[in-house]
Amino acid sequence: MAILEIRDLKTYYQTRIGEKVRAVDGVSFELHDGEILGIAGESGCGKSTLAMSVSGLFPPPLRYESGSIMLGGYDLTKIDQKKLRKEILGKKLSYIPQSAMNALNPTIKIKEFITDILKEHNPELTREEILDLAKKRFESLSLSPKVLNMYPVELSGGMKQRTVVAVSTLMDPEVVIADEPTSALDVSSQKEVIKLIKELFEKRVVKSVVFITHELPILKHIAQKIAIMYAGEFVEVGTMEQIIFDPLHPYSKALMNSIIVPEMGIKSKMLSSLPGAPPDLREILLGCRFAERCPHATDVCRKEPIEMKKVDGRLVRCWYGGHK
Amino acid sequence: MKKVLFKARDLVREFGTRKNRTVAVDHINFEIYKGEIVSLVGQSGSGKTTTARMILRLLKPTGGTMEFEGEDIEAKRKKEYWRKVQAVFQDPYSSFNQFFSTKKVLLDSFKLFDNPSPEKEALVREALKAVNLRYEEVAEKYPFELSGGQRQRVMIARIHLLKPKLLIADEPTSMIDSILRSSILELLLNLRKEERSSIVFITHDLGLAYYVSDRIFIMNEGKIVERGEAERVITDPEDQYTKRLIADVPNLSEEWIT
Repeated sequence: MAILEIRDLKTYYQTRIGEKVRAVDGVSFELHDGEILGIAGESGCGKSTLAMSVSGLFPPPLRYESGSIMLGGYDLTKIDQKKLRKEILGKKLSYIPQSAMNALNPTIKIKEFITDILKEHNPELTREEILDLAKKRFESLSLSPKVLNMYPVELSGGMKQRTVVAVSTLMDPEVVIADEPTSALDVSSQKEVIKLIKELFEKRVVKSVVFITHELPILKHIAQKIAIMYAGEFVEVGTMEQIIFDPLHPYSKALMNSIIVPEMGIKSKMLSSLPGAPPDLREILLGCRFAERCPHATDVCRKEPIEMKKVDGRLVRCWYGGHK
Repeated sequence: MKKVLFKARDLVREFGTRKNRTVAVDHINFEIYKGEIVSLVGQSGSGKTTTARMILRLLKPTGGTMEFEGEDIEAKRKKEYWRKVQAVFQDPYSSFNQFFSTKKVLLDSFKLFDNPSPEKEALVREALKAVNLRYEEVAEKYPFELSGGQRQRVMIARIHLLKPKLLIADEPTSMIDSILRSSILELLLNLRKEERSSIVFITHDLGLAYYVSDRIFIMNEGKIVERGEAERVITDPEDQYTKRLIADVPNLSEEWIT
């Protein structure tokens, strides 16, 4: 049984002059207990919009268009926003946005921040209970409980981000949606944050994670499944090994070939760069969205709409199944 | 014989008052040779950017000396100095004047010259071509109308116009995607090939440093803790801190989180 099930989700930005930007345009996936799904793609491909949408959040000008998001018997696209905040967010699903650390209130200590938040979700808990819970959780996660008595300004960026991750999972949500939680951090702090997320997952505090990033090497170390996103759609979904070591879709291949890691031989690696830019998502797009930049595109690719196809045990959105 | 282009001796920069003193750059010494690419690598707060700002004369050192082409860097007027020493920053969005079009930004760079060439516009065209941008497409556009990759390329087009002897590239690719990143790195490498410019590449990404540079300086808490040929520093690091830094970068062949 899937914990989270997304079916043909479409969420669009509505511009003032009546245009629609199709940021998430027909995305489907399932998330099972014990799974970390990595979603990768370049800026503007819709991955952050997807993260927000999957969490049931549609801040204007973002609008829900069609499709469903099933989580524990609820459809998050239909649920009342008040109910979403009280019963789902933080309890069943936690959304950790890119700049999460800026959510900390600079004028109050971390412990006051935690009490504020948890009181909102659980009015029945007393202050003492909340602080006790926070203290125990911090101790179990190799985070110093001293942090609770500090102000955000006393913490480093990495420490702030880890604090936010710990706080947002205090109510043991089943699903965590982490949207580039490490993009503003240097490599060492990045590793600490990812270790914490992995720890939460391994200790079964959270049952499954959607991890969004543009850094594929990170996904190699934490994800079991990876989805590559391009221009509002998934173009390839497979296991970590399939996508990292044997990508089929020409875009996934280009992404993999642009990775630079400090390993022998990288100096002589031919990095791939793609001509052109992703398509304008305001336009109705016919055919394969990657065709304009694809080295193998033919007339069929440019004209005929293309669905995900099963190839070599994974899903690929390519007329030639990536074999060309 | 390698020719020294830039030299820093006992360079120090402190911030704050006596009670709350931070030593951002702590007595560092280094040379940059002509035509060489050196990466300055370290965590946030290690002093990389402070060093860059001092080289660029945007910040006065608290102590020490710096020489450019054998002469104290303070000896020349700033305008003259900047003709030869230029920079590309992390976020081109904040380095551009929002009210200036691409064309104006590029034409304005000629102000650094006393007798600019009369063919300014033709040179701008050429510089844009060198970074794979079409003049017709971007010349009249304002920064907000350009994509991140385009803005960074306009920044490099500016460098092509000025042809500096020394370029400071402060995290020039940390805001752009990996696919665009390779084309930006290519442009920087071309600059070295064509103009024999020296480049100081500042990054916290060791993979990038390894890829682009001849030598790597590792900075930690204001000091250069290790330096050497890029290949040697990455494959056979000596300093404990360097080793940790390398272990912190996720790669594709080894275990990362244990």
